[in-house]
Amino acid sequence: MARTAQDNGIDHVIDVGTAGGHTPSEYWKWSFSQALDSEDGVLNHRPHGDPITKTFRPGWQSRGDSFIVKVPEGPDNDTDNNGSNTMKKLIAASLVALSLGVSGLASAEPIKVGMITTLSGGGAGLGIDVRDGFMLALKKAGNSEIEVVIEDDGQKPELAVQIADKMIQSDQVDILTGIIWSNLAMAVVPSAVAQGKFYLSPNAGPSALAGAQCHENYFNVAWQNDNLHEAMGQYANQDYKKTFIMAPNYPAGTDALTGFKRFYKGELAGEIYTQVGQTDYAAEIAQIRASGADSVFFFLPGGMGIAFMKQYAQSDVGIPIMGPGFSLSQDILAAVGDAALGVKNSSQWNKDIDNEANKAFVAAFQAEYGRLPSLYASQGYDTANLILSAAAKASVKDADAFRAALKEADFESVRGDFEFGNNNHPIQTIYVREVIKDNGGLTNKIIGTAFEKHQDAYAADCGMK
Amino acid sequence: MQTALFIEQVLNGLQLGVMLFLMAAGLTLIFGVMGLINLAHGSLYMVGAFACATVAAATGSFWLGLAASLAAAAAAGAIIEILVIRRLYERDHLDQVLATFALILIFSEGTRWLFGSFPLYLDIPPLLRGTVPIPGGSRYQLYRLAIIGVGVAVAVGLFLLISKTRLGMRIRAGESDREMIGALGVDIRTLYTVVFALGAALAGLAGALVGALQSVQVGMGEPVLILAFVVIVIGGIGSIKGALVGALLVGLVDTMGRFLLPQLFGLLMNPSQAGLVGGALASMLIYIVMAVILWVRPQGLFAARG
Repeated sequence: MARTAQDNGIDHVIDVGTAGGHTPSEYWKWSFSQALDSEDGVLNHRPHGDPITKTFRPGWQSRGDSFIVKVPEGPDNDTDNNGSNTMKKLIAASLVALSLGVSGLASAEPIKVGMITTLSGGGAGLGIDVRDGFMLALKKAGNSEIEVVIEDDGQKPELAVQIADKMIQSDQVDILTGIIWSNLAMAVVPSAVAQGKFYLSPNAGPSALAGAQCHENYFNVAWQNDNLHEAMGQYANQDYKKTFIMAPNYPAGTDALTGFKRFYKGELAGEIYTQVGQTDYAAEIAQIRASGADSVFFFLPGGMGIAFMKQYAQSDVGIPIMGPGFSLSQDILAAVGDAALGVKNSSQWNKDIDNEANKAFVAAFQAEYGRLPSLYASQGYDTANLILSAAAKASVKDADAFRAALKEADFESVRGDFEFGNNNHPIQTIYVREVIKDNGGLTNKIIGTAFEKHQDAYAADCGMK
Repeated sequence: MQTALFIEQVLNGLQLGVMLFLMAAGLTLIFGVMGLINLAHGSLYMVGAFACATVAAATGSFWLGLAASLAAAAAAGAIIEILVIRRLYERDHLDQVLATFALILIFSEGTRWLFGSFPLYLDIPPLLRGTVPIPGGSRYQLYRLAIIGVGVAVAVGLFLLISKTRLGMRIRAGESDREMIGALGVDIRTLYTVVFALGAALAGLAGALVGALQSVQVGMGEPVLILAFVVIVIGGIGSIKGALVGALLVGLVDTMGRFLLPQLFGLLMNPSQAGLVGGALASMLIYIVMAVILWVRPQGLFAARG
């Protein structure tokens, strides 16, 4: 009979011993919100039609995030109607309210999160890192009120749309998250937010959704697509005059090169769009070799980046390369090998950013999964912590309050300072990193800052304040 | 410099074509002899690459890895032939597609279970590292030239095997009339297993060779499989010669399209738009070529059976 909060998914359960004549093992329980709903603050829920006019005697127990009030059997528990007991009831009720308020978790509604992410194929490394980072944050918070449904989109837009429909209609999720690729995000996000769901992007940030098509229920916890590329464009001005730029032909690819060109002042030696999922870059490398460029900027996440980096190094082209953090993130460095050594790249996060939240994250991630986290993992982790921070302030069923709580971004981001701009996209610092060898493995180290408090270029086109 | 670039791109096209030939040869052989559509051929390519990466990492020798890739892919091919494929010969193509698609899922998840989702590292052997000068003043990667060499050797070897040996005679006989060679006392079950293992070994070889250039990861076989199907449809199903010509055609058309189309559009519009439009059209080009060839010759260029 005595079930815990973990068993039934209700977050705050108050278990109350029954009146004399019942055995102590019989408990009534109801959620705290119901307790608060009573106008006078007195706990007057009536299971089985029996009025409870019971005094609480202390016996607090905290189990995880649920609070259990145990009422010992005894003469004091016998029903009576004198004033002192009424007083005691009030005190007890306020004690409960106070204690729960202090715990920082006021929401009573369980939250259902639908995660659509890429767990198979060449882009699987990204989705797995986002998922693992997300689940790690929930685990660290010891949270059982958030239920996560995870499905693999296989990097296919049509599949992502089907999964989103299923999650919204049959799983009835409150929040959607997880999409890695911008073409999938464009297929899923507009219809999901139009149906009143929240969408929190842990990765994709297509320009269309940051500007005129921005939506109050769409939050991007990572970056707008252009941001890291803008940082590299800015950085390239220091050393280079003639850069060859290359990206896959999909929304994030065009955003990438647009972003780079927005800040890069030099001349372009060439501009190529490759196929998404392409694995052989011989034709592109030949063009780079023939172009007379003094540097190459490439945006190729996941397996595409591995293939390009290896082939580029093997071809003895000798022109220095650089890219956004995606092209040189932790998930692919081992497979690229020494070819990546010394390559500069931009990122809003790195494992050596010096703050407590980040140290705890990196250590916990390594302990849990036995590998170093990538920037994708940090984004998944931040997304979960954002949801937790909002859940502590408002119920997800109260969309306006929950949205306001999300917008406050009141959580310890592993990247340090973090806030949302008017279009619900981050305003954040972007660093320049370099690939180094550390303890025999390849990893990134921050060598400079490209932008402080950087906001995306589309925020002005967004009608939201 | 433009000539050098052109020569380099032709070599790139040949290298892609030769790699596709290794895949398509096995696919077309299996279809020609057994009438079976094997969607799991891409999984055998993946098996070859993983075997090579694992053995190379353990022993430090790419060459042992290459041998392991042949052995592992042939063994995997023989096992699935005996366990699964054998039951499908008499069924229609839809059942074959369904069953071999299931094999793709089993291989992918099995590999993920064994090796994880993160790509494995496989580098080219020291002997083949570096580049060599090519006419026109540019340089070309030695390893890619070696792949072209391997492809030519395999093409010659397959030609000799099929036209000069007893096994080849049986394969040809199997293509012409399955029941008759069974009636003549040829052990058709063993023949099928051998042909399937041979096709699998070629796919595994391609996987290992390409794995060193690209990345060794789960699902690497499927994009190549699609191209290999385009190749055998263009070349004519069941014909090794058709597979060779089709593979080289697809390799050259794809590479030259990616190289030339954006430049062509660059004459009409600004470079950024030209890159986008040209890139998009280049990715469709081989399918357009396939459609045109099927329109002119619906049976493919060198169909083995009418």
